This record gives sequence, C-alpha cells and structure tokens, in this order.
Amino acid sequence: MSADLTRMTAAALADMIAGGEVSSREVTLAHLDRIAAVDGAVHAFLHVSADRALEQADAVDRAIAAGADAGGASLSPLAGVPLALKDIVVQQGVPTTAGSRILEGWLPPYDATVTTRLLDAGVVILGKTNLDEFAMGSSTENSAYGPTRNPWDLTRIPGGSGGGSAAALAAFEAPLAIGTDTGGSIRQPAAVTGTVGTKPTYGGVSRYGVIALASSLDQVGPCARTVLDTALLHEVIAGHDPRDSTSIPTPVPSVVDAVRRGQTDGIAGMRIGVVKQLRGEGYQAGVLESFDAAVATLTAAGAEIVEVDCPHFRYGLAAYYLILPSECSSNLARFDAMRYGLRVGDDAVASAEQVMSRTRGQGFGAEVKRRIILGTYALSAGYYDAYYGSAQKVRTLIRRDFENAFTAADVLISPSSPVTAFGIGEKVNDPMAMYLNDLATIPGSLAGIPAMSVPSGIAADSGLPVGLQIMGPALGEERIYRVAGAFESAYLAQHSALVPDRAPELEVAA
Amino acid sequence: MTRPTLTRDDVAHLAHLARLELTEQELDTYVGQLSVILDSVATVSSVADTPGVEPTSHAVPLTNVYRDDVVRPGLTRDAALAGAPAAEDGRFRVPQILGEEQ
Repeated sequence: MSADLTRMTAAALADMIAGGEVSSREVTLAHLDRIAAVDGAVHAFLHVSADRALEQADAVDRAIAAGADAGGASLSPLAGVPLALKDIVVQQGVPTTAGSRILEGWLPPYDATVTTRLLDAGVVILGKTNLDEFAMGSSTENSAYGPTRNPWDLTRIPGGSGGGSAAALAAFEAPLAIGTDTGGSIRQPAAVTGTVGTKPTYGGVSRYGVIALASSLDQVGPCARTVLDTALLHEVIAGHDPRDSTSIPTPVPSVVDAVRRGQTDGIAGMRIGVVKQLRGEGYQAGVLESFDAAVATLTAAGAEIVEVDCPHFRYGLAAYYLILPSECSSNLARFDAMRYGLRVGDDAVASAEQVMSRTRGQGFGAEVKRRIILGTYALSAGYYDAYYGSAQKVRTLIRRDFENAFTAADVLISPSSPVTAFGIGEKVNDPMAMYLNDLATIPGSLAGIPAMSVPSGIAADSGLPVGLQIMGPALGEERIYRVAGAFESAYLAQHSALVPDRAPELEVAA
Repeated sequence: MTRPTLTRDDVAHLAHLARLELTEQELDTYVGQLSVILDSVATVSSVADTPGVEPTSHAVPLTNVYRDDVVRPGLTRDAALAGAPAAEDGRFRVPQILGEEQ
C-alpha cells in the first residue's frame, strides 16, 4: 500500500483523500517512509519536518471528517497532499539555510506568502530541499551541505539550483515540490530528472519570504511529475500579493482548465515556433533527437510548426552573467553578521567591518563569492556603462526578439537543457562550462515570460531524460499548459508510460 | 572596447569593497576564473551600440506601489532578536564600529 501511494499523482491522491479512501496521514507517512528509505542515497532534503507534516495531515483528516458529518465542505483541490519545499522559501520555525553556511541553524520568524498559501490549502509540507547556495548553480553541487544525486543515476547531478526539489519528485519522495527560477533553476532540474516544472510570468507568484538572488529575475514556481499536478499547484501558489511590490495584480490563470483542454481538445491549429538559435552547436545529439521527436509529436497532433529567428538570444548568457551578479552582490549585502546568521571572529577587538568580512569570507561558498566579486566589478564606476548598462540593452533586444516571435507563433519551444545529466564533479572547476547549462532557459528569464519544462523522452545516447521547454508571452500561462497537457497525453499514448515512471528503481535502505 | 585585464590586486580590491575576506589561494583562483568570465560576457558591448535601444531593468513594466499608512503588527522584539548572533539588553549586540583613535 505504502509503495503505491508514493507512485500516485497528486490529483489522484487528493481525490482519494477527499473521498475518504485513504487518510492524509497515511499518504504523508508513506512519503516519510520513502524519504527514510532512499534519501540517504539521493540527499534531496536538508530538513524533514515529520512531526509538523503529520500535524498538518491530521488537521486535513479532521476537516474532512467534520465536512463529511456536515454533508460535505469545499476542500482545496490539493488538501492533504505532501510537498517538498525548496530551502530558499521561509517557513516559520523550520530551519532555512538557502544551501549556505551563513544561515546554518537560522529559524525564520515568519512564513513566506507561498508557504501560507500552501498551508491554507491543506498541502502538507514534508521538509526543505537542497539547492545550490543561494540558488547559484546548475547542479546542486554548490550547496554547502553536499550535493543531491540524480535518482536516474546516483553518480550524476540532478540539475540546479532546484536539484533537491526535482530529485525528490523523481525519487517518489513527494508528488509536489516548490522551486524558484532565476535563469533556469526550475526548468533545467526538471529536464535532467524527467519531471515537470514551470517558471510563471515574472510577478505571477509572490516572492515575499523568498530569499532574494536577483530581484529583476527571481520567480517562484510549481514542480511535479505530471502537467496536471503542476497546474493544480500553480493555481494554489499564484496570485497577487500586496506584500510583494513586483506581484502582478491580475487573476490567477486557469491553468488546470488549460491542461484539460489540451488533453481533450488537443492543439490542432495552434502555431508552435521552433527557436532557430536554441539548437545546434552546444546541444547533445540525444537531446536534439528527443526534441525532433517532440516536434513530430506536436505536428501529428495538428499543430502548425514555424521556425522563428531570435538573433539576440546568443547574447543572453553574457547579459545574464552581468545582471545576475550585479543584483546578487547587492542583495547578499544583507548577510552582514549583525542581525541573523553566522558571525565569525567577534573577539571584542575586531571591528564590525572586520567581523563582517571574516564572516562573509568563511560563510559564503566559492560560487557565491565569485558572483559577488563579478557583480561588484560590473557595477563599479568606469565599468558600469560597458557592462551592466550594455547588459540591460541586450535585455531589451531579447525582449523584442520574443515580441516578434510571438507575432508568428502562439508558443515557442526548445530543448530545456542543452545536455542530459552530467557527472558529479565534472564541471565544478570550470564556471563557464557550468553556466552554459542555462543557455536555453536564460532568454525567457531575461524577458520575464512564462516557460515550463516537460519531459520529451529519454535520450538514446545517454539513457537519461530530456526536457522540452515551452515558452509563452507574458501572462500566457494557459497556452503553455495547454500545449504541455496535449504533449504529455500524446507521449503517454505512444509510450504507454510517462517518463518519471520509466526511472530505474532505487535501492531501498533497510 | 579596450578591456583592462583583471589583476590579482583588482580582485583583492573588489573583495574588500564587497567585505569578503579571501585567502591567498582564493585570490589566485579567482583572478583566472573571473578573467575568463569577463572575456565571455564582454560581448554584450558589441550590440549595445545599436541605436534606439533603451535599457530594460525589469522584465515587465512596474509602477510604484503604495499601501495605506495604517499600523499593522510586525515582528515582536523577541522574534526579531531570536536569530541574532549576539543580543544584549533587548538589542542587537554588534562589534565596535569606530576604532580607538576615532
């Protein structure tokens, strides 16, 4: 019974819980057992909140029992379903580290808006997942607490920065997860673990209580193993929040309906643009084969495929690695050893400035320090115009490329990641090689548009999952979910199993 | 564009500006790595001269947001101090800010 519960979709679990076939406690226990059995090898979680999770589950079970007595009350569509929360989103009283030593042991004094919405919806938070320190990385190897391993092959990376959330899904430790995406941190881990993840339109989900990396790019989003589960979670967390000044005051998109429309009505007549610049050089053969097969599937489903030209995308990576470090060097100034977090070398002789420098020198990892220095340089007098100013102009050019492309196509597609999961340790000493993993996801981040990754299949050359990126215009979430729903249905019809169910069995610890 | 080569002293100076104490070994590593990254990202300046391109600071246009000026609960003093590295008499205790000679 327990093993079956961890293999089910969130939608099915929610139906069973609401219908009284199984309790939220049983579902939660099954996932806690699974974590105990496999997380020693996977290391998706930095903290497991077993007691809290069971309390939340019991509260849902009580509400259902009371509702049944009262003749049925309206339950949230995900009530009682467990979730893994990326450890950059704060939850009151639960350790939050952002993957950094500088926040080791810190207990947040408040809940993020996303956390509040999850708890209000009866979603059971199992624990906090591993990430690259302050979400800087594409492999989760930059976590101060050790890397997460890809459930498809434990010697390989699960992507990053949200490798913990993606691995938790792929390892059947949770059916739902929360990620954050600044340059691809939801989409690239989804791609390399064979799971689904969406970066909503910039401002679509509140960032109140999410530790900031690059404020003009950061966005919170839903992750799951199926498109419908992702959409259900999207509707729980999205929507305007007066506590986040970048939050968009528009209604929550009807992405669940959009998925169902894609599954039943299909996508005949939709115009799907293949971005010329997001393929070819730098992309692994097995990734391109899987992408071409996905294009064929979409064509067979009646979509009209058009090629679109986005000539400035090739400057995206460069612009991103100027904008992001600039913003993060400013955002991370708050870690000053004074109000919270680590303090090193406070010997009653050292000055506040010395203590600050020692603490930051020891509390931050290599990649964080690299980016802070880079950002400090890019913002320096004399270099500002050439670097940061130019990068902001490139951002305009990329936005215009997207605007042009969306006159010819309803959605755009590309591979989500140029390569399948690579080996742990393979790229840690070559920052530029690591940065290239976000080649396909960065343009969408710079333009603030919604984009998601759905599994397109398994690469013939590596035997590992490949992600299909689907991008829409700003606030075009419904379009991308519709295409994703249709694609997933077509894939299931062709292959008789979805990609996450084709992952090899993990060895279970006794 | 003539790009100044990043030297070890430059990295040390930038680290000081950012209040990051680096080891000698870190300085050695970062000089090389940061130069490679800077060379790669310098391509942005080649297209930025295109006329009529305004800078984009945010992905979607934002306007300032005001809220009503009403009192609402914040963190209690205990909650605010709970995560502090050091606290004393209900306040954050910090190392000395001014040197003796000042």
